[in-house]
Amino acid sequence: MTTIAVDARRTSAPAARSSERMRRAARRWRYLTNAGAALVSVFLLVWTLTPIYNIVMVSLESEGDVAVTHLWPSPPSAESFWVVVTEGHWYLEAFWHQFGNSVYIAGMVTLLVLLIGSLTSFSISRMRIRNGWIITNAALLTYVIPASFLAIPFYLIMNRYGLNNNPWSVIAVLVTFATPYAIFIFQEYGRSIPLELDESARIDGASPLQIYVRIYLPLMAPALVAVGTYALLLAWNEYLYQFLLLSNDRSMTVAVALGKFLNSDVAPWNYMMATAIIYALPPLATYYAFRNRMSSGLTMGGVKG
Amino acid sequence: MTVSAIDLGRPAVRQQSLWRYWRGGLQGSEFTWAVAFIVPYVGVFCAFVIYPAFYGLWMGSNPALYSEVFSDPIYLNTVVNTLIFLAFGVNVKLFLALMLSGFFMRPGWWTKVLLLIFVLPWAVPALPTFISIHWMLNGEWGLVNNFIWIVFGADGPSWLNSRWLALGSAIFSHVWKWTPFWTVILLAGRMSIPQEIYDAAKVDGATGLRRFTDVTFPLLANLYLVLTLLATIFLLGDFNSVYFVTGGGPANSTHLLATLGVVRDMLELGKPQLGVAAVMSALPLLIPLVIILMRKLKTSEAQL
Repeated sequence: MTTIAVDARRTSAPAARSSERMRRAARRWRYLTNAGAALVSVFLLVWTLTPIYNIVMVSLESEGDVAVTHLWPSPPSAESFWVVVTEGHWYLEAFWHQFGNSVYIAGMVTLLVLLIGSLTSFSISRMRIRNGWIITNAALLTYVIPASFLAIPFYLIMNRYGLNNNPWSVIAVLVTFATPYAIFIFQEYGRSIPLELDESARIDGASPLQIYVRIYLPLMAPALVAVGTYALLLAWNEYLYQFLLLSNDRSMTVAVALGKFLNSDVAPWNYMMATAIIYALPPLATYYAFRNRMSSGLTMGGVKG
Repeated sequence: MTVSAIDLGRPAVRQQSLWRYWRGGLQGSEFTWAVAFIVPYVGVFCAFVIYPAFYGLWMGSNPALYSEVFSDPIYLNTVVNTLIFLAFGVNVKLFLALMLSGFFMRPGWWTKVLLLIFVLPWAVPALPTFISIHWMLNGEWGLVNNFIWIVFGADGPSWLNSRWLALGSAIFSHVWKWTPFWTVILLAGRMSIPQEIYDAAKVDGATGLRRFTDVTFPLLANLYLVLTLLATIFLLGDFNSVYFVTGGGPANSTHLLATLGVVRDMLELGKPQLGVAAVMSALPLLIPLVIILMRKLKTSEAQL
């Protein structure tokens, strides 16, 4: 008993020294990792913001100022934004009309994706229609195949039926490529809603349509918001199909107009960048507003854009 | 321990009970309703997926097309570009995303703010930022060469006039745009690993690097594999990053399959069949990837 106590006293001094050393090492380690984190942070900020800074910088330049060697416009002017919103350049003659086209297409795509997606997943996962898994697989396959691979045949088909320059050709293709994700998310989310709810409504004599409208849709609201945001962003940001299918000034969207800018020889870069910023703001605001609703598991679908 | 750990990291798909809710199956008008509910999607699928797909297969069914495609030097360049793009684009962005997701697990308000800024490239539409990068790389007045001139007093290279610099720029833009997205997914994957596993590993002496190699990575491996497959498939169909940054130039040397098929073959040469054949030449790579991915997605879809 005493010997142990003696032993303990004897070892206490080196033990204290070693624990002091460990504490110092830990502190040094913490400084190192903090310094490393600060470095990574700075690098990430520069990496992320440089191209965005470039857009803002060019958009703030006045017309003759674009082709000059500098890193900051002197003096910054908001003239190009004014030119864009007043449609004061022949490239921008139909800007607000094109903006309206973008809004119309994005809105229609969102509505249709929500409607078609929720109906399909209600039928498959709530009513358990026989062989519904075939449709689930078909949707998954569509989600996985790159949209651009069907661009050429789709373009030729739309040409053949005279549907180019018709916004509905774009709406159709965007709905096609956004609905699979909706079905996927609705089926996942729907598992958290107990089937007994549907059953009791059914016993009370509700028709499937009533169950869909009164029970299924209200309970699916969070998933509807997430998928709606996704579809809205997808439709607003998509370029390839809009570029192929909408070519005249009155039918094209802002995205196509921007691309047209780029391909011209005498692109007024400051107007173009101002247009680009105005074009980017609505999806950006939508994204940050609904960011938390598109919870981690629901971010998956943003891949296609 | 290992088994339960993996199960925890990868929540299995909930067992679909064989219990049918509409007991005795759908009856009478209910079946009609169920069919009516899926008709819109089936219609969309047939009209806008099956029809174009078969139309494309029919267009590309002439064997003579393929000898024309394979004897085209620009097509061969495109294949090389695609392989380089796949090798670097996919791996760099996913590796960065894996590392950065660990960085964003750090506690503190600063990390949260940084994450909000870091997702900007993904939250902003592709078009404005790719156009901006295109202008940044302008040999005479772009931001990059201005910077080189002001800081080093030297002329920077003309980025978009050499094949390899242009291709590198396109890959850079792609990585810039998509790394945040994969980081967010992997961050969600990391967050689903319960803290108890780390605590247990700590008791067993796994700290520092071993914490990552022995605990985190094995639990994320399946997700990482699925994401690699998905990123590969999406990159095969990528259009925007090449179209806006290099425009396929100089001299059509930086095309990917999608831009080659659509822009050069269909719009410039007016030979859509050739474009379809070029795109279809990716099918031997695409189909096995899709099959593997669909199987993987079914076993781990809850995690995505």
